[in-house]
Amino acid sequence: MIPFILCLILFLIGLYGIITQKNLIKIILGLAIMEYSVNLFLIMIGYIDGGTAPIFSEKFHISSYVDPLPQAMILTAIVIGLATTALLLAMAIRLYRKYGSFDIRKINSLKG
Amino acid sequence: MKGMTIIVKKVTQFIAPIIFIFGLYIVFYGHLSPGGGFAGGVIMASSFILQILANGEILDKLRQEESGLEFLESGAILGFIIIAALGLILSGSFVFFSNFLHNGVIGRLLSAGIIPIENIIVGTEVCAAITTIFIALVVYKDEVAL
Amino acid sequence: MNALIPLYVIVPLASAFIMAILGRLIKNFGKAVLILELLFLTCLTFSFILNSQGTLVYKVGGFPDTGDIPIAIYMVIDGLSKLLLLIISVVGLLTALFSSSYTREYTAERKFYVLFSLMIAGMNGIVISGDIFNIYVFLEIAAISSYILVAFGVEKHQLEASFKYQVLGCLASLMILLAIGFIYWGTGTLNIADISRQLPYSAHFVKFVSILFLVGFGLKAAIFPFHSWLPDAHSSAPSPISAMLSGVLIKAIGIYVLFRIFFSMFALSYQMSVTFTVLGTLSMVIGGLMAIGQWDFKRLLAFHSISQMGYVIVGVGIGMILLTTGGSKTIAAFSIFGGLFHMVNHSVFKGLLFLNAGSVEYATGTRDLRKLGGLAEKMPITASTSMVASFAISGIPPFNGFFSKLIIIVAAVSAQYYWVALFAVIVSIITISSFMKVQKYVFFNTPKRSYKNFRAIPLPMKFSMIIMALLCLLLSMLVLSPIRDIFITPAVDALINTLQYSAAVIG
Repeated sequence: MIPFILCLILFLIGLYGIITQKNLIKIILGLAIMEYSVNLFLIMIGYIDGGTAPIFSEKFHISSYVDPLPQAMILTAIVIGLATTALLLAMAIRLYRKYGSFDIRKINSLKG
Repeated sequence: MKGMTIIVKKVTQFIAPIIFIFGLYIVFYGHLSPGGGFAGGVIMASSFILQILANGEILDKLRQEESGLEFLESGAILGFIIIAALGLILSGSFVFFSNFLHNGVIGRLLSAGIIPIENIIVGTEVCAAITTIFIALVVYKDEVAL
Repeated sequence: MNALIPLYVIVPLASAFIMAILGRLIKNFGKAVLILELLFLTCLTFSFILNSQGTLVYKVGGFPDTGDIPIAIYMVIDGLSKLLLLIISVVGLLTALFSSSYTREYTAERKFYVLFSLMIAGMNGIVISGDIFNIYVFLEIAAISSYILVAFGVEKHQLEASFKYQVLGCLASLMILLAIGFIYWGTGTLNIADISRQLPYSAHFVKFVSILFLVGFGLKAAIFPFHSWLPDAHSSAPSPISAMLSGVLIKAIGIYVLFRIFFSMFALSYQMSVTFTVLGTLSMVIGGLMAIGQWDFKRLLAFHSISQMGYVIVGVGIGMILLTTGGSKTIAAFSIFGGLFHMVNHSVFKGLLFLNAGSVEYATGTRDLRKLGGLAEKMPITASTSMVASFAISGIPPFNGFFSKLIIIVAAVSAQYYWVALFAVIVSIITISSFMKVQKYVFFNTPKRSYKNFRAIPLPMKFSMIIMALLCLLLSMLVLSPIRDIFITPAVDALINTLQYSAAVIG
C-alpha cells in the first residue's frame, strides 16, 4: 500500500507545481513529475512479489512472470512524454525569445 | 557553444564509441533480452550528444547536418510502416503487422521474424530523433543568448 | 471490406513521411499528396457507408484465435465511427484545399502538410481503434501535431496559446493514462468490448474511473468547466487549422471518445447522464454569453464552438437520461439523432466560418471587428458564404442548423426537460444576435479606414468555401428519412443498443 501512497504524493507534488509556479520551466518540471508518477503507478500494477522478467525461457514458469503489458504501456507513455516535454521546452525557449522572460505573469497578450 | 578542455575531449574519444556499440548491442538483442529499439536508440544518441557537448565548436557544422538527420528519421518511420504494411500482402489474409518471416529457434540472434528488423528501424529513428531534438534545443539556446 | 480498415491509419501516416522526404525535392509535393490522400479517404468512407452494415472488426497482428479472449489490437468500425470518419475526411479535404493557397507565407510550408496529415492519421486512429490504450496513443499523435500547428506562425500570441493548450492537454492525457491504468488494474484487459463485459466490478471504482475519463476527455473536448484553453488556441491558430480544430478535432478526440466510453464501455448510469446534460447546458449558455462581448472575429467563433458543442452534449445527454430511467426509447433515439446531426452540421458551418475569418484575415491583414467593414462589395463570395454559415449556426429555416436545433429542442420538450429547451432557445437567440454583429461589422459597415495591401482571394479558397456553403444547405436533407437512414441512423443505433458493440466485437 505504501508505494501507492508515495505515488499519489508524487502526483500531487507535480500538480502543486503546475498550479502554483509562475515560471514556465517549473511548470514543465511539474508536468514531468506527474508523468513519472503515472508511469510508476502503471508499472506497479503489473508487479508480482518475487516475479521474474517476462523473457521466454525454460528456467521459469509463465506464472512467475511479472505482467509485461503495463511495461509495454509505460514504454509507449515514456516515448510520448519525451515528445511532449521536448516540444514544451522548445516552446518555452521561443516564448523567452519573444517576451524576454519565463514569468507567466509577463506573458499575457491573450485576454478575454 | 565553446568546447571543453583537452582532457574531456580525449576521454570522450575513447568512451563515445563504446557507448555507441553498447547501444547497437541492445538494439540487436532487443528480441531476446530487455531493451530494444527505443532504449538502444537513446543510448546511441547519448554517445552523439556526449561528443557534441565535449566538442562544442562542431555545432556550427552540425546545423547543416540537421536536414540529413530529418531525412533519416522520416525514412526510418516510413520503413517501419512499409514492413508493417507488407504483412497485408505477404501474409495472404490481409493482416496488418503480421510476422511474415520465418520465426527460427527461440534464443538465437536470427529469430523472431520481423521483430529484429523493426527493432533496428526503431533504433535508427530514435537515435536520429533525439539527436535532432538536442541539436534543435541547443541551437535555439545559442540564439537566445545572442 | 474488413481488410481495408487499416488503410485509414496506413495511408495518412505513410503519406506524411513520404511528404517529409520528397517534399524538399519537389515543389508543392505536400499539397498534392495531402489532397489526394484525403480524396482517397473520402471515397473509402463513402464506400464503407454505402456497402457495409453492422460492426466490422479487424484484428491486427494475425495472432492465433483464442476464442472470446481478445489478445491483439482490434480495429472496429460501427455506425458512429463511420459518421466521424466521414466528417474527418470531408472537412479535412475542403480545409486542405483552402490551406493549399493560404500557407504560402510560411517559411516551413512543407512541414505544415506533414503535420496536417499526421493529425488526420491520429484522428482516424482514434475513431477506428477498439482498444483504450490505442485510443490514448492516437490521441497523443493528433494532439501533439495540433499543438505544433497552433503555434505554426511562431508569433507571440500563437506561442502563448499553444503553451497553454499544451499544459492543459498534457494534464488531460495524464488523467486519461491514469484512468487506463485503473481500468487495467480492475479488469485485466484493454479491449473496450472486453472491459464492458468484465466491468461490473464495484460501483465506486466505476464512478472514480468515469470521473477521470470525464475530466480527461472533457478537457480535450472543451466542455464547460474545462474550456479555458479553447478560445485562445482556436483563435490564434492559422485559419485552416482553426477550422480543423473546431470542426473536427474536438469531436474526434473529445466527444466521440466520451460517447464511446460512456455508451459502449461503461454501463449507462443515471448520475453520469445527468452530469452530461448539466455540463452541456452550462457550456451552451456560458459559451454563448462569453461570445457576445468579443471583438476578435475568430475568438467569437471559438466561444461559439463551446456553445454549439453544448447542444450536441445536451442532445445525447437527454437521450442517455431517457435510456437509463426507462423512458421512451423513440424519444431517446430522436434526441441522440438531434445531437449527432448537430455535430455533423457544426463541423460544416463552423469550419466554413473559420475559413471565412481566414480569408478576411488573408485579404485585409486584421481580424478585429472594429477595424473591418464594407467587405460585402470587395469580397462577394466570402460575404455570401459567411451569410449562409451565420444563418446555419443561428438556426434560420432552410439551413441545416435549424433542423438539428429544432430536433434537440423538440426532444427536450417531449422528454419534459422544459428548462433545457428554454435555455436552448435563449442561446439560439444570443447566437443570432452575435452573428448579426459579425455580419454588420465585417461586411456591411462603412470601413473606418481604407485597406492597405488588400489581397484578392485565390481560387482554391473560394472553391472550398462555396462547397461548404452548399453542404450547409444540402445537409438539411438529412432530416428526410431515406437519407437519414444511410448516414445517421446507424450511428444512433450503435449508441442506443449499448450491448451490441461488445457482442459484435467479441462474438
